Amino acid sequence: MTRVHDRGGWPGAGAIDRQEHQLADWELLADALVQSLASPHRRVIRIDELRRAIESLPAAEYESLSYYERWIAAVERLMIEKKIVTREEIDAKAATLGEECRA
Amino acid sequence: MRFREGDRVRVRTDDRAGHIRTPAYIRGKSGWVAIAHGEFRNPESLAYGGEGLPKQPLYLVGFRQTDLWPRYSGPPTDTLYVDVYEHWLSPEGGSA
Repeated sequence: MTRVHDRGGWPGAGAIDRQEHQLADWELLADALVQSLASPHRRVIRIDELRRAIESLPAAEYESLSYYERWIAAVERLMIEKKIVTREEIDAKAATLGEECRA
Repeated sequence: MRFREGDRVRVRTDDRAGHIRTPAYIRGKSGWVAIAHGEFRNPESLAYGGEGLPKQPLYLVGFRQTDLWPRYSGPPTDTLYVDVYEHWLSPEGGSA
């Protein structure tokens, strides 16, 4: 069975978009977060674990997310899996930040 | 390392669960060892928090594009190179 990330030669997938694009601030932060968690000094996660977590996203979620959104979704899953934070703590923090932004 | 540069190899067709670095489109295909890279930690273990030991031999394997894609219309010498770990490879007779 071919999994959602293993896309080489998918019929009808179309050409690859090779256009360069500007990264948003949050995308740079997402990259920095992963580099920091995976740095040899901390090794909270390994890049192989990040890849596995990205590949484990439900297919519909994988398809609907952009590149760095997948990274963030995977980091969340790994942090919960490693019992560093809980889903409830992440959701509560996200709700607080959302309110601060709207205020 | 089991294989040497120039050896013909065939990629296993296993469809094992978990994190694997061998893309689906080369499984069951034959190619040749272009470079024997040396031994590296096994990503199939690293992906689950393991140490990836014992290290696994890794090879750069060449495939003819015409062997991979039935409707490939480019030159027959066009080649795709993929890094493949040894436990995904079986020997095949002859040399490249």
